[in-house]
Amino acid sequence: MAAEPKRAAPGRAVVVAAPVIGVLALQGDVSEHVGMLQALGVGVAEVRLPRDLAGVDALVLPGGESTTLQLLLEAAGLRDVIAARIAAGMPVLGTCAGMILLATTVLDGRPDQWSFGAIDLAVRRNAFGRQVASFEEDLDLAGIGGGPLHAVFIRAPVVETVGSGVEVLATISMSDDGAHPVACRQGRVTVTAFHPELVGDHRLHELLVADAAAVTAHQVPRSSGSGAGRRRH
Amino acid sequence: MVSKHEMTAKDSAGRVTGTDRVKRGLAEMLRGGVIMDVVTPEHAKIAEDAGAVAVMALERVPADIRRDGGVARMSDPALIEAIKAAVTIPVMAKARIGHFAEAQILQALQVDYIDESEVLTPADEAYHIDKWGFEVPFVCGATNLGEALRRISEGAAMIRSKGEAGSGNIVEAVRHLRSVLGDIRAIATCDATERYGWAKQLQAPVGLVQEIAETGRLPVPLFCAGGIATPADAALVMQLGAEAVFVGSGIFKSEDPAVRARAIVEATAHFRDPEILVKVSRGLGTPMKGAEISTLETRLAERGW
Repeated sequence: MAAEPKRAAPGRAVVVAAPVIGVLALQGDVSEHVGMLQALGVGVAEVRLPRDLAGVDALVLPGGESTTLQLLLEAAGLRDVIAARIAAGMPVLGTCAGMILLATTVLDGRPDQWSFGAIDLAVRRNAFGRQVASFEEDLDLAGIGGGPLHAVFIRAPVVETVGSGVEVLATISMSDDGAHPVACRQGRVTVTAFHPELVGDHRLHELLVADAAAVTAHQVPRSSGSGAGRRRH
Repeated sequence: MVSKHEMTAKDSAGRVTGTDRVKRGLAEMLRGGVIMDVVTPEHAKIAEDAGAVAVMALERVPADIRRDGGVARMSDPALIEAIKAAVTIPVMAKARIGHFAEAQILQALQVDYIDESEVLTPADEAYHIDKWGFEVPFVCGATNLGEALRRISEGAAMIRSKGEAGSGNIVEAVRHLRSVLGDIRAIATCDATERYGWAKQLQAPVGLVQEIAETGRLPVPLFCAGGIATPADAALVMQLGAEAVFVGSGIFKSEDPAVRARAIVEATAHFRDPEILVKVSRGLGTPMKGAEISTLETRLAERGW
């Protein structure tokens, strides 16, 4: 596994100079992600416009409606700059709608649905059906210690196919055709079909923070944006 | 947390559905978004194209219900099914206050949220629906914190201001939001003994008052509805503390619904950014006409208790 999070005191990531993690704050469960990251002791910046992205070392794409987020990303001029940052190696974590936005292929989307293509997955929207089928279940996370993760799936997507470079962290059995991945990782891109932010399980956010710390450690001195104004909260 | 009587179930794979957490969870995912009233599948497509996070499927928007008079009821299932088929985003529908049979039908139709709504003619003068008895989540209107907490104690997973639906006038929604949020701020700073006084004054469960005192927020998401007609209206209520907005008549009773819908979506996302509010407010055509509250024959916000 590429980057095992440092497991120190429970719930805390140990980093020397805390990176700044951005949370896309156009729509969705933004405050839950912000709260999780603040609890990890890193800087947190809400990202609504391209200028907000300049000072962040990594980005969370939260849960929400993927169709709405796409429209707002384009309207705000964020689509291209986020794509460029991801291509340049910025670590990202996407939960639910965030997973849809990061996948290479989106099934059962709108005809004009686009995605960043940051992780080699085909993802099916609303794979479990409507809200009455939303559910909670404990999942085992491959390669990440700390016991099962209590996963909350809300009108959730599921992964139909994964590319060869993708590591599957967790799967769920579907009644029709067996196990489907619901948490995956490729390079420094991590995605989940469920919402760790709704239950306060920090492990995947710790992974993102560790990714961000690893990237910043290799990029010292930072090219820009490392001075005043990086820390927004 | 609330003392719960939730009606959870297991799906065919043995997973737990219908929990309080998944009900409130969908409301959390809608935050920062716009839920739009639609009366046809074509309207629903326009709403989705404009960036709505969900649509409310109904036969008439509140302004038309007000104009037509008569008894307003749950929509025809055929209409709801057609709207469900037209979009990929969540679809909500309204049941009359206390009309649990309408709610059972809406649950069987697998709508994503039920709005137990004062916009429809109430079916029960004493009781709202026992919402713990359903797997589908409910949103209810409230004019003040006591009403909001009574609805939460009955199982509502989202609260919205009632405002004055179909009026195109934001003043009532502002009144309701200020009342709910002002009382929450007061409870968050009161001492432990005073919490019992608040519960008595609000006619609400003391457990919920204590939860607010500890967290400083309503136990479920608080959205705004009733009178939003412009991007500025959306920005106003979001800055006051609403977490998302419902727009009823304000879009499809305006001159150019597609453009206005999109503008309200962007204003809701960027509600603190005056530069973006200028940009999206420009050249939207005529908004719905709206009405002074004092001229309205029926005050919908007075329905429910």
